[in-house]
Amino acid sequence: MNLSKIFKNAFLVFVFGLILAACATKKSVKTTTESSTTTKAAETVEQQKADPIEKLDALMQGDVYVGSDTVGELASGVPDRVFFATNETILTTASRETLRKQAAWLRQNSDVTVVVEGHADERGTREYNLALGERRANAAKDYLMTYGVSSDRIKVISYGKERPVDSGSNPLSWSKNRRSVTVKAN
Amino acid sequence: MKKKLFFIFIIYAILKPNISFSLVEIDITRGNLDPMPISVSPFFSDKITDNKIKDNLNIENLGLEISKIIENNLEKTGLFDAIEKEAFLQKPDIAHLKPRFEDWALIKSQVLITGKVTSKNINDKDYINIEFKLWDVLGAKMVDGFSLTTTPRSWRRVGHKISDKVYERLTGESGYFDTRIIYVAEEGPKTQRVKKLALMDQDGFNTKYITLGNELVLTPRFNPANDKEITYMSYFRDMPRVYVVNLQTGEQKVVGDFRGMTFAPRFSPDGKKLIMSLAKDGNSEIWVRDLETNIQEKLTDHPSIDTSPSYSPDGKFITFNSDRSGYQQIYVMRSDGSKVKRISFGKGIYGTPVWSPRGDLIAFTKLHKGKFFIGVMRTDGSGERLLTENFYQEAPSWSPNGRIIIFYRETKTDDEGQGFSAKLWSIDLTGYNERLVKTETDASDPSWSSLLGN
Repeated sequence: MNLSKIFKNAFLVFVFGLILAACATKKSVKTTTESSTTTKAAETVEQQKADPIEKLDALMQGDVYVGSDTVGELASGVPDRVFFATNETILTTASRETLRKQAAWLRQNSDVTVVVEGHADERGTREYNLALGERRANAAKDYLMTYGVSSDRIKVISYGKERPVDSGSNPLSWSKNRRSVTVKAN
Repeated sequence: MKKKLFFIFIIYAILKPNISFSLVEIDITRGNLDPMPISVSPFFSDKITDNKIKDNLNIENLGLEISKIIENNLEKTGLFDAIEKEAFLQKPDIAHLKPRFEDWALIKSQVLITGKVTSKNINDKDYINIEFKLWDVLGAKMVDGFSLTTTPRSWRRVGHKISDKVYERLTGESGYFDTRIIYVAEEGPKTQRVKKLALMDQDGFNTKYITLGNELVLTPRFNPANDKEITYMSYFRDMPRVYVVNLQTGEQKVVGDFRGMTFAPRFSPDGKKLIMSLAKDGNSEIWVRDLETNIQEKLTDHPSIDTSPSYSPDGKFITFNSDRSGYQQIYVMRSDGSKVKRISFGKGIYGTPVWSPRGDLIAFTKLHKGKFFIGVMRTDGSGERLLTENFYQEAPSWSPNGRIIIFYRETKTDDEGQGFSAKLWSIDLTGYNERLVKTETDASDPSWSSLLGN
């Protein structure tokens, strides 16, 4: 039993060594091909790649989107959407400011009715996301109501993860998709 | 050493009761077995039958096609290895009458399937009669067989019924080939997916689209007690609601007509009730509706998200997921809503619990460290076993015999947001034999029917 174990281990070590050797040879091949391409081209590619990462900090606070890409207008100067943290339905300071603008505009335009659409990112199960979207839309609706918009002017619909605005599979894309959007219904 | 003993014990326990009536047996509690070599001889037919079938179905050699259905079904289990037909030494007609077992043993076949197709005319209508025999090559005897008559266009189902019979006879488990899968067919860019309900045979044939794609449809599920009925969620007229559809008549009714959104529907095992979630004012609760009396009742009462309910096969319990602890976890309660108990305690978040038709396991989706897993646990939460890991996958649904789980998987898009796809996959309960389930389009939200009735 023990002897076979020793043999087994020795064999494993041997195999592992082979793998390492294989890796090492592969690497050396790779570097030679890489060095054959011009260094200038490689540098520009790297710069391009670095840019979005730098931007990421400016576009997200925590994991809440704070940029303006994808943001439309409910009316002139009134943004149509607010963004949420992963799995969260809490309205951020920026979200509350947006919703107060929406409420003010809706108070001035009392014939307008709206639909608040709740959305989630793709990193959750479909059914849970439907519920989460509904919760997010209602968080926005409740805030609009607090600022004087009557509930019968606000319909709520959840799309869960079904209607992303950004098709990317990365944290920035997901942050844009975790949103509630106020849309004119009439 | 301990492990080895345990292993032997399992094999013994599974094999023992069957040893008395058959020599060929397969232990399907393991997935990494050497597959059993099997020969499926083309079913033979006479000239008159061939001509009739060509008129009716425009198929040249129906017997060969039926044998291919059986081969394909059995091979996909991972338990059988179909021997190439070129290697067969005996002709189909003689093999069906009386196989020369030495010839089949010579090509290392342990099991032989033979058959015969005959056209029939009853009351001026064309029918086909299909006879099949299952032979134990080493034991040199016939071990099973049947004959059935059907309309020509049901010929594929006969192939599935034969596959079920063979599977049952050789594994001791009930089959799952004469079944259908309902799913959501998807097309178009990720931000504007068009979704339709689609129905296909378990092996991907006979796809039918049930909705046109005008409205978003999600989460279709079979009635386990009636394979002609499904429930699903539709955004028809921008009102997300649960519907029940009769697949034969096309009759459709709203069952979740509440203020708010109804979603996540599933039938009770007897098909008489429907459980679903109702989201209203930012809170999702689980409701049950009696489909005969139309009386509905709220089962959960908690300010958290309660969704994805699924009945135990005896109808006494419901498993669901809730984020009442802060994150999505799996719970079990009595079907009247009492005695709610959390069962998932592992690392990560858990969703979409689905009770196995055998009653002993719950399949689920788990998200942990940015990866999605499909797994199973016992109904008390113990014995968690993760079967497959990927970037995104969810929505497990059980084969009617509780051996296989079908689910859908989505791919990660590249830096330009391109390369998105959604596909159906299946995996054995053992964690082996993971397979892409072919569909005409992209697909999600699969639900497996029970064995089909007539």
